[in-house]
Amino acid sequence: MKVSSTTIIINAIAIFFLILAFIKDKKKTKGALKAALKSFVSILPKTIMIIFAIGYLLTFIPPSAIAKFVGDQAGFGGTIVISFLGAVLFIPSIISFPLAGSLLQSGASVTSVAAFITTLTMIGFVTLPLEIKILGKKFAALRNGFSYIVALLISFLMGVILR
Amino acid sequence: MKKDNILKEYLILAVITAVTIGVFSFYPQKSTLFEKNFLNYLVQMLQIFPAVMVLSGLLKVFVSKDIVGKYLGKTSGFRGLIIAVLLGTLPEGPLYIAFPLVKELREKGAKISNLIVFLSAWACIKIPQELVEFKFLGLKFMALRLSLTIIFVIIMGLIAEKIYERPERHKA
Repeated sequence: MKVSSTTIIINAIAIFFLILAFIKDKKKTKGALKAALKSFVSILPKTIMIIFAIGYLLTFIPPSAIAKFVGDQAGFGGTIVISFLGAVLFIPSIISFPLAGSLLQSGASVTSVAAFITTLTMIGFVTLPLEIKILGKKFAALRNGFSYIVALLISFLMGVILR
Repeated sequence: MKKDNILKEYLILAVITAVTIGVFSFYPQKSTLFEKNFLNYLVQMLQIFPAVMVLSGLLKVFVSKDIVGKYLGKTSGFRGLIIAVLLGTLPEGPLYIAFPLVKELREKGAKISNLIVFLSAWACIKIPQELVEFKFLGLKFMALRLSLTIIFVIIMGLIAEKIYERPERHKA
């Protein structure tokens, strides 16, 4: 089995901080590990569902179809659609990255993929009512409205720079 | 998340697995391709998932919300904006647990720009998430998106603050 350098780096970072934390406070570190196990168990089914979706995507949908909707030739319209999708959908960001990676692998443009994950994380459509209730309409509207514009700007710049 | 909900998700997963086995008995010629893609992503995910969960567990336990209140309430200027970004990236947890904290800080007179920057950073910049992005989209993609996000979130905070405070001045 091939282990990439990325994998090694990520695991090394985790082990480094785990040891550091353990030296600093054993009890708290145990609590952290418990919390880690809990979130692992609760996010695992969603993760595997996303991987099923990726599997179907890469098996049945030809790259040409993906490229047509959200690829370079789809242009502005494709990015707008996928950015709306990102804003409305509620996928934990941590598992949206493999999905985004598979989209990129199968012909989506950098701009579209960046728009999808940026709106997904930055705009909380599901938490918007709560944000309005606690922080007020003006604050929530300004933050989420500007977030959408900013997300599009970031994605277009990424598309231009990483072309 | 509640235990029942998790159980439900595992049940749904079992159904999806059964359906998938059914689907590929109809498309046996496609099953190797599906298996290859599915296992590839599953292995890649499992290679980093425990590490990512440990990191967010550590952040959850070692970074308290008090730190945020202590530093975000008082700072201003460019330094304040940078601190707002940093403080947003550290705590673990869903966005909505930051709302009451932001409200409290606003009442205490914290700058609106800092609060908007803080909330946006909380929403979209998290160390464990950045590592997953690094893994699946590459260092270049992750680093570029991170840098652009920090720059634009700060600009957005400053503009939003101007708009937010304008009508109040008219009323006064």
